[in-house]
Amino acid sequence: MLTIERVSRRFGGVYANQDVTLTVAEGELRGIIGPNGAGKSTLFNLIAGHIRAESGTISLAGRRIDRLPAHARARRGVGIVFQGARVFPGMSLLANVMVGAHAHTRAGVVAAALRLPSQRREERAIRAQAEDCLSRVGLLDWASRPAEGLPLGQQRRLQVARALAGLPRVLLLDEPASGLRAAERQELAELIGELRRDGTTILLVEHDVGLVTSLAERITVLDLGRVIADGTPSEVTSDPAVIKAYLGTGASHATDR
Amino acid sequence: MTELVAYLISGIALGSSFALIGSGIVVVHRVTRVVNFAQGSVAIVGGMASATLLDGRLPHGLGEIAAVLLSGVLGLVIGLLAIGRRGTPPLISLIVTLGASMLVSAAIIWLWGQDPVTPPGLRGSVTILGAEVERQRLLVVVATGVAFAALALFFSRSYLGKGLTASASNPFAARMVGIDVRKMGLLAFGLAGILGGLAGVLIAPSNPLSFYSDLPLVLGGFAAAVFGGLTSPLRTLLGGLCLGVAGQLTAGYLNGSYQTEMALLLMLVIMIIRSRALVQEEVK
Repeated sequence: MLTIERVSRRFGGVYANQDVTLTVAEGELRGIIGPNGAGKSTLFNLIAGHIRAESGTISLAGRRIDRLPAHARARRGVGIVFQGARVFPGMSLLANVMVGAHAHTRAGVVAAALRLPSQRREERAIRAQAEDCLSRVGLLDWASRPAEGLPLGQQRRLQVARALAGLPRVLLLDEPASGLRAAERQELAELIGELRRDGTTILLVEHDVGLVTSLAERITVLDLGRVIADGTPSEVTSDPAVIKAYLGTGASHATDR
Repeated sequence: MTELVAYLISGIALGSSFALIGSGIVVVHRVTRVVNFAQGSVAIVGGMASATLLDGRLPHGLGEIAAVLLSGVLGLVIGLLAIGRRGTPPLISLIVTLGASMLVSAAIIWLWGQDPVTPPGLRGSVTILGAEVERQRLLVVVATGVAFAALALFFSRSYLGKGLTASASNPFAARMVGIDVRKMGLLAFGLAGILGGLAGVLIAPSNPLSFYSDLPLVLGGFAAAVFGGLTSPLRTLLGGLCLGVAGQLTAGYLNGSYQTEMALLLMLVIMIIRSRALVQEEVK
């Protein structure tokens, strides 16, 4: 589904990503882990289209997306959940999610401006779909409240709902657990597990090794911009190169499970 | 009393044009963070074009609509110049709109000459509370009300309106859900052109326009927009109306040549009072 081939990107002469290659199969939940500075965020931003790769290719469902601007990648099916607060303040939760769905609608500019019947039907369908997405993340009861002032955990969930509304081919989660309390973290893990069971293809970039090993079926480990291991959770956590990369506080953590 | 009513109504009519021009500034600023100073020139082109089109070429109604649409196209062209290149800083875009405004003024002199132009409007007048009021001024007020209602519907109901709102609310997140924020910015410029053109078309029959009318118009519009915190079209409407009424009262009771200075003074006062809100807006 998502193919990343020999992707490199430097910042000031230093490789943030060097010859990174990985393939995410349809319906797979792939974890990306690595110690601080491993290049996880760079890889994420390269896929999202926030920064461009210097070399290498990124393809989604067989079509290259690495030269497209971010919004065009989103339309091709890259659904994104950022760790920062990236909701639309001043709009209701439902409106936030509907915007996510709208970007993929077919009604043309004229139809949308004139509110033709076709567009009104589509609007109803979008509303229903947005409500469905909100209910999947457990926020339907708050559909009409404004998005600002929402606790961090719920903002993440809202972003998940918004991304789902765009019918993504692959859902990119950027450190979804960061800054969350233990209970919120548990809820998030359950949500990701549910999405996975529904057949959503997910790329989970996460600092919390425990969370990733408990959810992902395959894990790619980055260190200093390179892929140093790729395999099942038990394979990578027992890999000497991975243990070495995590030496220090992370070493015991990585081998815990 | 009669005098006062006459000043109030002509003030509301003039203020309506400020509000339309100002809401165009707001629409563009919300999405692009660019202050579009070409709004005044676009309004004049709208007024002048309607005069030319109505001069035996098109019937009433059609001529005005064509002039408004033409202004929309002009607004879009100015948008292409100002933000067409990806990543142009808002400050540079602002300078581009100033430059575009000067170019448009030159084009106005070239096409229509230097003398004020007055397109035919609604003839006759009605008596309200003893005051003679031109029908055209009433048309301005009604048309502005309709335009603002349509604008509110557009933003709350249509996909494009929501896309514009989302782009204004969080451009980064908007891109992430597949909204082409630059396209939305261009759309905002086009919409601003339509609003500015509408202002020009409506106001020209009772306030003759010439190439140098752009400064009072854009200043009035900008002051109204600042009253709306550069974000709220509704408060811009309110600001425009206050400004128009204050201006007409000044012109009526003091001196007509103080009108622009009055707008400037009010703008300064509003900006100083509202500077906190504006800064907070920027931080957001």
